Amino acid sequence: MIEALNRKDLLGLRDLSADEINLILRTAKSFKQISQRSVKKVPSLRGKTIANIFFEPSTRTRISFELAEKRLSADTISLSLSTSSMVKGETLKDTARNIESLKVDTVVMRHSASGAPHRLARHLTASVINAGDGTNEHPTQALLDMFTILEKKEKFEGLKITFVGDILHSRVARSNLWGLTKLGAEVTFCAPKTLIPPKIEALGVRVTSNLKEAVKDADVINLLRIQRERQQQSFFPSIREYASQFQINSEILKIAKPDVMIMHPGPVNRGVEITSEVVDGDKSVILDQVTHGLAVRMAVLFLLSGSSVEKVKEVA
Amino acid sequence: MSSNPKQVLDAEGVSRAVVRIAHEILERNHGSSDLMIVGIRTRGVFLAERLQKEIKNIDYVESPLGMLDITLYRDDLGEIGPNPTVGETDLPDDISGKIIVLVDDVLFTGRTIRAALDALIDFGRPQGIQLAVLVDRGHRELPIKADYVGKNIPTSQHEQVIVKMQEKDGADEVIVVERKTS
Repeated sequence: MIEALNRKDLLGLRDLSADEINLILRTAKSFKQISQRSVKKVPSLRGKTIANIFFEPSTRTRISFELAEKRLSADTISLSLSTSSMVKGETLKDTARNIESLKVDTVVMRHSASGAPHRLARHLTASVINAGDGTNEHPTQALLDMFTILEKKEKFEGLKITFVGDILHSRVARSNLWGLTKLGAEVTFCAPKTLIPPKIEALGVRVTSNLKEAVKDADVINLLRIQRERQQQSFFPSIREYASQFQINSEILKIAKPDVMIMHPGPVNRGVEITSEVVDGDKSVILDQVTHGLAVRMAVLFLLSGSSVEKVKEVA
Repeated sequence: MSSNPKQVLDAEGVSRAVVRIAHEILERNHGSSDLMIVGIRTRGVFLAERLQKEIKNIDYVESPLGMLDITLYRDDLGEIGPNPTVGETDLPDDISGKIIVLVDDVLFTGRTIRAALDALIDFGRPQGIQLAVLVDRGHRELPIKADYVGKNIPTSQHEQVIVKMQEKDGADEVIVVERKTS
C-alpha cells in the first residue's frame, strides 16, 4: 500500500495504478471531514499559489477547485477563456512560460483539445491537474464518482456500473472506465449506437443500446448529460425520441435493483436524460457527488504538492 | 540497521506510568469533569485509550476520547518529500469549554505538539490544554513543555527513541537505539 503519490501531475486515470487511485480515495475521506467543521480550513498549502486556467467554460468544476484550494489555505487565481491572452493568439507554450515566471506551484487546466494539459505539463515544473481535456479525460470527476460509490457501496470488485448517455463525447465516461476497471468493477455503456465510440469494447466495457438490459442488474447508474446541440448534428432524431428510449425515470427503475444508486456529473437536464422525480428521489446521490468533489480535489491538491524528494525525515 | 538497542521501559514500566499519569491528571484537575482525552495518531491514541480506562477505574467516569491527525498542520509539508498520508481526526462533541489532555508517545522537538495545538484551536476554544507524554527525550526546538511525563530519557541527536505498543506492535516497551548515520 503506497503512502504518497510520486508524481508531478494528474493528467488522467489511464496513467494511475490501482494503488494510487486507492491512496487518493483514502485521503479524500480525511478531507471530507474538514468541510463539516466550523473552521473549514487547514494550513497545509499555505503559501502555495495555484492557477486555475479554464479554456472551456465551467462553473461547477472551477468553483469546486477554487474552494478546495482556499480550504487548504493556498492562494488562487482563476483565468477563463474570454479573459485569457489565448484569445489574442498566444500559444499554449507561451502561456505556460508566463505562468512559470509567476512562480505558480500548481496549474489546474481545462481545455477543449485532448492532450493539451499533457503538453503543458511537459513545459512546466509546476504540477498540472487536468480538469477536462477535450473528449479524453476528466480524472477528478471520475475520482469523485468512485469516491461516492465507495462511500455507499464500500467496494468495487464485482460491482456493476452502467453509464447512460452521450458516451461518444464524454471524458467523464472514459476516465471512469479507466478507474473502475482497474479496481475490478464491471462497466456497461448504454447509448444509441451513434453515441458509442467504435471498438470501445477493447477497453473492457460491455456495450448495449438496450436500456432495460443495461439497467436491470446495475448497482450504480451514472447518467451523462445530453447536449441539445447534438440533435442538430444528427446523433439522434430529437430529444424526445432520445428520452423515450434512454431516459431514467421511475418506470425504468422498477426493473432495476431496489438499492440501485443514481449518479450524474451535472448539470442535470430535467426531463431529458433523467426525470425530476428521480433527481430528487432517495436513490439519487447527485448532491453528495458535489460534496465529495471538494474532498477529492483537496486530496489531489494535497498529494501532488509535496516535493519529489524521496526520503521522508523523521519528525517528533 | 542500528546498533545497541537499550530498553528503557518494559511493559510493567509503561503500565505503571499510565496509572500514575491518570492519578496526576485527576489530582491536578480536581476530578474528571470537563476532561477530554485526545490522542495524537498513532500511538498517542492507544495511550489515550488506556488513560481513559484508568481514569474510569479511579473516578468511575468515562471522559470523552478523541483522536487527532496532525499531518495537515505540520510545518514541514512540501519540504520532506511527497506529502504523507492523512489519517482521520475524530473529536467528539464540541471541544469549547473542555479541559483537553493531549496525549503523545514521545516529546522531542515539540513541533508535533505545536501542530496539534493549531489543529485543536481550529475546532473550538477549549478551557485549557494539558500535555501528557510517555517519554520526554529533550532537544526542544519550540517552547513546549509536558504537564505529565511517563519517563524523562536524556538522549543525543544520534539516537532514536522507539515506542512499541501492544495494540500495534504486540508488546509494550520503549527502546533507545543508535541511529545509523547516512
